Amino acid sequence: MSESEPAEPLAPPDPEAEVMVDPVPEAAPPLPAPTSVLRHRWPARVTHWANALLLLGMIASGLQIYGGFPRFGLRGAPPLGPNPFEGVRFPAVVRLGGWLAGGLDWHFTLAWPFVLTGLFYLGFLIVSGEWKSLLFRPSDVPKAWAMQLYYLRLKKEHPPQGKHNALQKAAYSFIFLLGVLSAATGFAIYKPVQLSWLTALFGGYERARYSHFLAVWLFVGFTLLHVVLVFGVDPASLRAMITGRYRGRFPSHD
Amino acid sequence: MTENSKIERVEPIESFSRRDLLRLGVGAGAASLLSACGWKGGKLGRSAFAAAGDLNDWAGEHLWLSPSRLAPTYELAERTPEAAFPAYFISRPVPTLADPAAWGLEIGGLVSRPMRLTLDQLQTLPRLTYTVKHHCVEGWTAIGTWTGVPLAAVAALVEPLPSARYLRFESFDPGYYNGFDLKSAMHPQTILAYAFSDRPLTPQRGAPLRLYSPVKLGYKMTKYLTRIDWTADRPGGYWEDRGYPWFGGI
Repeated sequence: MSESEPAEPLAPPDPEAEVMVDPVPEAAPPLPAPTSVLRHRWPARVTHWANALLLLGMIASGLQIYGGFPRFGLRGAPPLGPNPFEGVRFPAVVRLGGWLAGGLDWHFTLAWPFVLTGLFYLGFLIVSGEWKSLLFRPSDVPKAWAMQLYYLRLKKEHPPQGKHNALQKAAYSFIFLLGVLSAATGFAIYKPVQLSWLTALFGGYERARYSHFLAVWLFVGFTLLHVVLVFGVDPASLRAMITGRYRGRFPSHD
Repeated sequence: MTENSKIERVEPIESFSRRDLLRLGVGAGAASLLSACGWKGGKLGRSAFAAAGDLNDWAGEHLWLSPSRLAPTYELAERTPEAAFPAYFISRPVPTLADPAAWGLEIGGLVSRPMRLTLDQLQTLPRLTYTVKHHCVEGWTAIGTWTGVPLAAVAALVEPLPSARYLRFESFDPGYYNGFDLKSAMHPQTILAYAFSDRPLTPQRGAPLRLYSPVKLGYKMTKYLTRIDWTADRPGGYWEDRGYPWFGGI
């Protein structure tokens, strides 16, 4: 359409309309409804927030327990690996339980709901088929790279995505795996004799305990990045994790 | 159109409601408060701990503990240097016997043949030596060699009654005592140990006789034994009474 073409004249006011009596003042035509999709069903939302609280309790009580012997490796043996927290007693504000026995109480009480929440979430993923939009596959590698370029501002366009972009898939697959590994290393150091095969799988009690501690910092790192990205990139996703409905910038769906 | 849906419509994209924010804040605030105050959980929390503790004790005995699975054993060369292997006792100075020759182990409670055994008598009973990993509740581990008589062999002598469900161990480390369930006590590696690292126990290690079991945490293994009773009711324990897990099995 060329610029020179005159705009279509407005239709003259309809005299008939003016005499019509409308008890309700004519409202503005309804705004186009913001795209709102059911992003997270209740099992995902409930397990997400339950897990956030449980993980907070598990980590805080775990930091309490760590103070009982704040290093890694057999007595009399050199340290197992790098540990910036060697000999550190964490400040009370991040500990839960007050003393070792209290920390153990919290840890062994919350461990069960933590495991059950994980199993329930896994069951939900399988039954609902949601795992398909979350599982990071080899074919996601190039898409993850494109997404990374976008985040680094080396690429202007947000790459097309389904419910989650490839980097999110990588993160959410990783975090589930981390949950499994932290539970598995936890059991390995809880029952190193009865589950000696599991403990051996992680390289023995001391290495399993080291891995269990390492998982804490991966969880902490993930959570910080997760929260920064939620608020920095897609704040609407927070609402979606609470109410279930998403009406933000990335509404595309599988 | 209802009021609610109108309100929903004018909400800007990319927002979460004030209520959502409040909910989030309340959750996070409560959680950090818990942590900051070292909150023990209140009445409800304490009973949750008690219920979880009972469940974990029950599972420890009935689900986790195999009556026959043996703790892994280690080579002598893997042993922790003795100076690096901690030794705990609750009284100061280290508990010692004024007259070691007068010492004997009293065994009684719900048994058919209560008896008193001297160290010499204990050493003539079947002998078991193993090099195993010691797990402390604090998180440290150390490898050591222990020698003693299997508690099951002592049980065969005193013939516990069918009503006996637990064992209570007493000590001359004043105030220290604790208990085992029958299944843990009869585990083939649970011994009354009189030697560590191929030599008689030193006072630090619990001389003259201590309980040892590689399927238990260190605090479950009473040192400086004076008496063992088979009981119907679950005995407490020095650390258990202060809040540590009763079962303490690994």
